[in-house]
Amino acid sequence: MTETALEKPGTPPVSRLRLGRLRDLALIPPIIALLVIGYLIKPDVFLSQSYLVDTVLKYQSELALVVLAEALVLIVGKFDLSLESVVGIAPAVAIFLVVGDTSVLGAPWPTWTVLPVAILFGALIGAFNGLLIVRFKLSAFIVTLAMLIALRGLQLAIVGGATISDLANRIPVIDDLGSLRFATIPISLWIVVIAFAVGIVVLGYTRVGRSLYAVGGNPDAARAAGIRVERTIWLTLVVAGALAALAGVMLSARLGSVAAAQGNGMIFTVFAAAVIGGISLDGGKGSLFGALCGVVLLGLIQNVLTLAQVKADQIQAVNGIVILVALLLARLTSGKAQD
Amino acid sequence: MTPVVEASGVAKRFGATVALADGRLTVQPGETHALVGRNGAGKSTLVGVLTGLLRPDGGEVRFGGEPAPAPGDRAAWRRQVACVYQKPSVVPELSVAENLFLHRQPRGRFGLLSPRKLRAGAAGLLEEWAVHVDPDLPARELSVEQRQLVEIAGALSLGARFVILDEPTAQLEGRAITRLFDRLRTLREQGVTFLFISHHLPEIYEICQRVTVFRDARYVLDADVATLGRDELVAAMIGEARGLVDVGADRPTVSDDAEPALELVDVAGVDLTVRRGEIVGVTGSAASGKRELAEAVVGLRPRTGTVHVDGRRIRPNDVPAALRAGVGYLPGDRNADGFVAGLSVAENATMTIADRLGPAGLVLPSRRTERARTMITDLDVHTSGPEQPVGELSGGNAQKVVMARALASDPKVLVLVQPTAGVDVRSKESLLGAVDGETRGDRAALLVSDELDDLRLCDRVVVMAGGRIVAEHGRGWSEAELVAEIEGVAMTGDGE
Repeated sequence: MTETALEKPGTPPVSRLRLGRLRDLALIPPIIALLVIGYLIKPDVFLSQSYLVDTVLKYQSELALVVLAEALVLIVGKFDLSLESVVGIAPAVAIFLVVGDTSVLGAPWPTWTVLPVAILFGALIGAFNGLLIVRFKLSAFIVTLAMLIALRGLQLAIVGGATISDLANRIPVIDDLGSLRFATIPISLWIVVIAFAVGIVVLGYTRVGRSLYAVGGNPDAARAAGIRVERTIWLTLVVAGALAALAGVMLSARLGSVAAAQGNGMIFTVFAAAVIGGISLDGGKGSLFGALCGVVLLGLIQNVLTLAQVKADQIQAVNGIVILVALLLARLTSGKAQD
Repeated sequence: MTPVVEASGVAKRFGATVALADGRLTVQPGETHALVGRNGAGKSTLVGVLTGLLRPDGGEVRFGGEPAPAPGDRAAWRRQVACVYQKPSVVPELSVAENLFLHRQPRGRFGLLSPRKLRAGAAGLLEEWAVHVDPDLPARELSVEQRQLVEIAGALSLGARFVILDEPTAQLEGRAITRLFDRLRTLREQGVTFLFISHHLPEIYEICQRVTVFRDARYVLDADVATLGRDELVAAMIGEARGLVDVGADRPTVSDDAEPALELVDVAGVDLTVRRGEIVGVTGSAASGKRELAEAVVGLRPRTGTVHVDGRRIRPNDVPAALRAGVGYLPGDRNADGFVAGLSVAENATMTIADRLGPAGLVLPSRRTERARTMITDLDVHTSGPEQPVGELSGGNAQKVVMARALASDPKVLVLVQPTAGVDVRSKESLLGAVDGETRGDRAALLVSDELDDLRLCDRVVVMAGGRIVAEHGRGWSEAELVAEIEGVAMTGDGE
């Protein structure tokens, strides 16, 4: 049918603007509710800065960056499952080249190379995914699933099943990332705040950012409007890989080590946070602010569960149920179908 | 006689929007009944109610004197009424036979499905309704015409003798329309009743006996087609007496030495020059290559030859380059590649000029909204505001947004493909009026269309067939001659 009778002539334009903003704020009430619950459980510590920042948010910072990366890829209408193994492999490669027991490529490299090498490696993986998805037109889901497995294997080979540890004393950059504070807030949180701020500005107020929504919403229309669809998708995958790599280095810095399983299983939480935050798996819909709220919501839920003394061996099952409940909540508060 | 279907006082709201305030319809057995109205008049909502897919808020629907089935009883609804939509409702990967017997496949031994019986049943069914399609063919390989006939046959086999056709001719070319109408007449003689929805008023006079008009979510009138003049019908649709689309009759003539705005040299065998201030129409059947020509010009498909826009040669296969050089493009199917449904009117309308809405790649929302407001006013887009998603607009208004996008970059030449496809009379007038107004200065337009209303606006019309230009006309061409050329039928023949 060519027509929809859903026009609303005469409705003041203001109401729609408000409605659009409302969608972004849908997760604020549940976040406040969780803060209240947390406070009721542990009135003495929960709302203190040391608890909220150092116990709740700090542990969400890497997740937040990967969610940012995945949100970009989802908005442009693609999938990237391999981001979670980038979180492991990128720091593993970079750190291995600095402290590893090897002489490939002239190793050991100077310690300052860790961050740029990791980010470059993540970007390269994004570019390779892009080659397969954009140029060879393979399914993004399967390509990145295969990459997820392959990279995980490569990481095992590099790390050798063990954990490269004691990084803080061997690599100053890692030490700084893991321990520096700025205005009493850990540097990792600043990185997340800056990354999301930049992301929100780029997505909302730049040509390139808006083209992500156009490509994800209707690639043919975007192409007819002169947007270089393939280039946009490629660029997004590269940026996502770089962001996931940065998240990986931050995770290694926080833990002071690179474990063989670093990042393992993270992608499920990433998708949950993104979808709870209102990012559509069909592309072209959602906001980064929403995605960030999704991350915060999941982090709070985990902490409240811990505070409520859910046993460690049950927490994963409870976590899964909680994600479902969070999805339901997001569905109810936003009133929109999630696809 | 008991009416096949009788609807009275049907009302339906979606949230704050009244989609249908007073829907009335009476269709007698054996007639082909037209339902007309502008976009947003409530036709689709009424169809939704008549097929049981929408539950009305008020009013009553009766089939053959009996109350309509319960809302959830799909099987009962499907025995009463069927609807062939513009969008295919077949499963593309299944065969015609499987589609016809979806979820009611004949069983064979051990209660398992029997491919042999399925095939035989389908073949018999297609034979009975004289649909000449191989039952083993995957549904995706059907033409639009065949798909419609298969859907009609499927509906009839369920027992329904009342079929709603939602703009069945929109995607068909002339000869296919003629064949479809012949088929509808035959089925009517066999006792099938049709509700025929169309934007093409001549078709209603050709095929229908009675017509019901809706306007602004209300029933306006029903009448015998034979006694209702065209002007009266149009007046009933748009609410005030006015003639059919008549835009651009007073266009100034383009002098022969006006500078060329768009020059095609040997583009897949086509040479064509559009001068400044000129609208050149390109027409032809669906297979003539007219749409492909337009897509090649804007860089959406590979081409040979050269294209110059305002004297500058543009690269093949590069849409951004073509747009930068001064092409404004309106794609042929707005739902497929015209707009991004989830994005706002403002965003869609300014998509081609996102680089002009702020410094250094920034897009300033205030400037975007401001530009969009101007466009909304200029093109008379009915929307709640620049922030409304285009997917919520009616067809005609969505098309105006796509037109706004084409005009936004202040192009030197407009390339428009079927700019008024599937829009109502009033929207058609404002769209064509915009093309007319925008090309009275230096701007030129290449207008690809097979709608005579569109072509009448053009200063010159070329006819394509088999990828080549076969005829050219100045203003004042005769409809009969042009249509004959489009359809590839010689005028001197025996009048076929």
